[in-house]
Amino acid sequence: MTESQTSTRIAPGTRPGDAPLLEVKDLHVEFRTKAGVAEAINGLNFTLHAGETLAILGESGSGKSVTAQTIMGILDMPPGRIAGGEIRYRGDDLLTMSEESRRRLRGGKIAMIFQDALSALNPVMPVGWQIAEMFRVHHGMKRKEARVKAVEMMTRVGIPAAEERAGDYPHQFSGGMRQRIMIAMAIALDPDVLIADEPTTALDVTVQAQVMRLLKDLQKEFNMGLILITHDLGVVADVADKIAVMYSGRVMEAADVYEIYGKPGHPYTQGLLSSIPRIDDEGGRLRAIPGLPPSLTDLPSGCPFSPRCEFATDRCRTERPELRLIAEGHLSACHYAEDVYAGTATRTQRPSPTGAGMIPVSEEAPE
Amino acid sequence: MSEMHKAEARTAPIDSQLETSGKSEQKTEEASLLADAWRSLRRNPWFIVSAVLLLIFLTMAVFPQLFTNTDPRECLLSRSRQDPSGEFWFGTDVQGCDYYSRVIHGARNSIAIGFIVAIGTFIVAVLLGLVAGYSGGWVDALISRITDMVFAVPYILGALVLLNALQAFQAQGVREVSFVLIIFMWPTMTRLMRGSVISVVNSDFVMAARALGAGPITIMRRHILPNSLGPVIGYATVFTGIIIGAEAVLTFLGVGLQLPAISWGLQLSDARQYLQTSPHLLLFPVIFVGLTVFAFMTMGDAVRDALDPKSKK
Amino acid sequence: MSLSVPAAADPFADKKSVLQVDGLVKHFPITQGIVFQRKVGAVKAVDGVSFNLREGETLGIVGESGCGKSTLAKLLMRLEEPDAGSVKFRGEDFLSVKGDELRRLRRKIQIIFQDPYTSLNPRMSVGDIIAEPFKLHPEEKPKQGIRNRVKELLDLVGLNPEHINRYPHQFSGGQRQRIGIARGLALNPDVIICDEPVSALDVSVQAQVMNLLDDLQKQFGLSYIFIAHDLSVVRHISDRVGVMYLGKLAELGTQEEIYNAPAHPYTQALLSAVPLPDPTLRGEREQIVLQGDPPNPANPPSGCRFRTRCWKATEICATQEPELISRGRITQAAACHHAAPNERVAPAHH
Repeated sequence: MTESQTSTRIAPGTRPGDAPLLEVKDLHVEFRTKAGVAEAINGLNFTLHAGETLAILGESGSGKSVTAQTIMGILDMPPGRIAGGEIRYRGDDLLTMSEESRRRLRGGKIAMIFQDALSALNPVMPVGWQIAEMFRVHHGMKRKEARVKAVEMMTRVGIPAAEERAGDYPHQFSGGMRQRIMIAMAIALDPDVLIADEPTTALDVTVQAQVMRLLKDLQKEFNMGLILITHDLGVVADVADKIAVMYSGRVMEAADVYEIYGKPGHPYTQGLLSSIPRIDDEGGRLRAIPGLPPSLTDLPSGCPFSPRCEFATDRCRTERPELRLIAEGHLSACHYAEDVYAGTATRTQRPSPTGAGMIPVSEEAPE
Repeated sequence: MSEMHKAEARTAPIDSQLETSGKSEQKTEEASLLADAWRSLRRNPWFIVSAVLLLIFLTMAVFPQLFTNTDPRECLLSRSRQDPSGEFWFGTDVQGCDYYSRVIHGARNSIAIGFIVAIGTFIVAVLLGLVAGYSGGWVDALISRITDMVFAVPYILGALVLLNALQAFQAQGVREVSFVLIIFMWPTMTRLMRGSVISVVNSDFVMAARALGAGPITIMRRHILPNSLGPVIGYATVFTGIIIGAEAVLTFLGVGLQLPAISWGLQLSDARQYLQTSPHLLLFPVIFVGLTVFAFMTMGDAVRDALDPKSKK
Repeated sequence: MSLSVPAAADPFADKKSVLQVDGLVKHFPITQGIVFQRKVGAVKAVDGVSFNLREGETLGIVGESGCGKSTLAKLLMRLEEPDAGSVKFRGEDFLSVKGDELRRLRRKIQIIFQDPYTSLNPRMSVGDIIAEPFKLHPEEKPKQGIRNRVKELLDLVGLNPEHINRYPHQFSGGQRQRIGIARGLALNPDVIICDEPVSALDVSVQAQVMNLLDDLQKQFGLSYIFIAHDLSVVRHISDRVGVMYLGKLAELGTQEEIYNAPAHPYTQALLSAVPLPDPTLRGEREQIVLQGDPPNPANPPSGCRFRTRCWKATEICATQEPELISRGRITQAAACHHAAPNERVAPAHH
């Protein structure tokens, strides 16, 4: 844990001596399910500074959305339970402060936008009213004044004819416009931290480009720390400063964006990058990661990725690798991270013909 | 094309086993959905409570002699309206009959009506709901409008009128009362069935069956019915309880079962004149009706939850 | 590879056509009233789509939500009846056949759905789901017995044949999609229509399913119509690509033509908007950011449907609807009066 702190401090985009905006330390979150206790987040560490974009990259079940909900304090408890750790906003631990002060931060200093704007907005209230509500509740503004501010915000996020459209209801807007309205609500109170949970996943690619551009512009304008939670490797490459790759509730690798894409230091990251079809690359067989992510209630004893890993050895199946520094500003939770990083790791197993599982390399006929 | 299948020699068994390696394998092996439902029911304390209660009431309805040896029709006016005692556990009624025996024997008619009406309504609802929900268009519009019209008539009012008319023929047995209740109470369940069918009918798996060339009957039988019955079965169980209450209401109002039949409703009806002097006449049938209704409703809730595959992960 | 317009030989030029689609139209009426419905308009979901699918070929159909690509899939499966147009399967008119003839042709065209959670009946075991095609087509009953054939199919798609008695909820999304593929393969079809088959899956599982589809195509000589919104996925799997906008094909050409030298402004905008998984290319590419949203398909613009968002639009675009033809020095067909290849938006190779 100490390692991770020192390392994130020297990560690019960070100014030494600056107190971090948000600091998550050794966070553990569990869910009680019928099948047992699911370890949704298992020892998460990261820091976020003003003006910085941290992407949390992961597939479903990796714990990335639970992370967002835990920071926002909107995790369903029960079945969820925070089993340990700290979330410090400008030094104050969110998990131990009073519900009252936490509520004041939520929506005000730490804001969030969701994937599905239609269900995140109140369907029976005009959008202008919903944005104005933020000013009235948090700043105690008068009705008229709040409405003016609301229209101002709508114009800022690029809604044409904001004045007339403030009285419209969410269903009267297109998906992209609704996402803009949610962004307007989130930034209304000038937050320090903005968490965006799959903000463009539900949008078409042309609209996605518009919304991401807007988010980037607003981040610069308000000097916000942005946590971008997504599974989209393309979007991340475009906007992130640093990346934490999550798998089975753990951070597998964390580094700045150029390191992750250029010299991944974890087999999972490597696998992800080579498994996606790229638009600038035609045909051929994809190098799919075989198998499936493990069940969170029944994690393998060693490295959670070991059943799907090309380089896994007996050590990986028994001993859980810690997140450690492998190069400057580059953390990886793999026993063979240095070899993977240098591209010299030995393959021990390979994907089976249908890609559903792994078979040992020793059974492979010599080519 | 079929010889192509054999062409590939592969190591498939190895990889498919690896894929699901894990300890959870044995637990999930080949669980049928009904077995799943049964397992989750057994773990539900409310289900246990209601099952025990229902078992007692059903036995009471079928074999009342297991509970009492006293003839409920052996009445002596001389011991009219006695309070509960060691000899007469529930006291005696106006006619001087053993009230315990009469309450026990009352279970049969009440529960019989409950079952007949529930099953009758269930059949009507499933047929109409299935046809309306699957066909859509004007068929659906027609069935739905008729359903709404009947739904708009309060069942008490409708039953009062119809049973009063039937009174002229001196025909108000279990059959007639059940019939009248079915006529006025089918719409709710039909609406539920229709909604349930509509939520399934546009599923991709129904599309997939159509793409394979399945006809409407096959699709309804194999795909739509099994996936839409769950909530309706749950409701039918709850509904049985509602009917038992409704029968008691109608009988209490004087249009349901008539003397000399024995039923909880009739007992309630008789008891109302003696509320102040002999409250036990009201108390015991109310407890029995209440417990039966409660048992059916609780059971219905538990069944509905258990039959919903979405409730499992 | 050079970025100039490739004149590569069409590898499917001498293959027979399996599916010939001509002028397919589907308008969904917008009605008012409950009992007495009257028509107040129509959503022009598919409005004159033509293409030709050949043996062993994959035709990708790409477009944004609401462009009509899913309706197109349903029309091709005859899950919806088109208002006009024709679909010929190996020369036979698929749209007019009835009864036994229809059932016979249905065996030859199968579909794989997007959502592996709703495309399998939750109350049927995997064995029953994959056996259903044989129950509906008793004449196709396999010699080795239905159960053995189902196990073979499970094996073929990379699932454990021992799991034949399990239920869909016991499988993950990727595994369910494999079950759906096994069901589609059961009757030895010639054409499989894949309606967003990987978009509901996790990144690492997507690649597995795409590889599987690739393998099955090679093994059985299948033709695919691959419908998706993800341009990278479509490029990877397709031989030819059609770009749909508001119920019409905007551009149709080989994968190289469309991705290396897109000629329709809409295709250019789409391609330039796709983020590349490579941070070193940040700001390197020309990005065309389209303004606004697609117009309402119930009331599309006159002339060219894209003109309201197009930076090249002139007067002719409002009055004359552009045909889908190849013009000038482009080889692919583009429905644009001002069609011209733009190689700068094409994602560069490295």
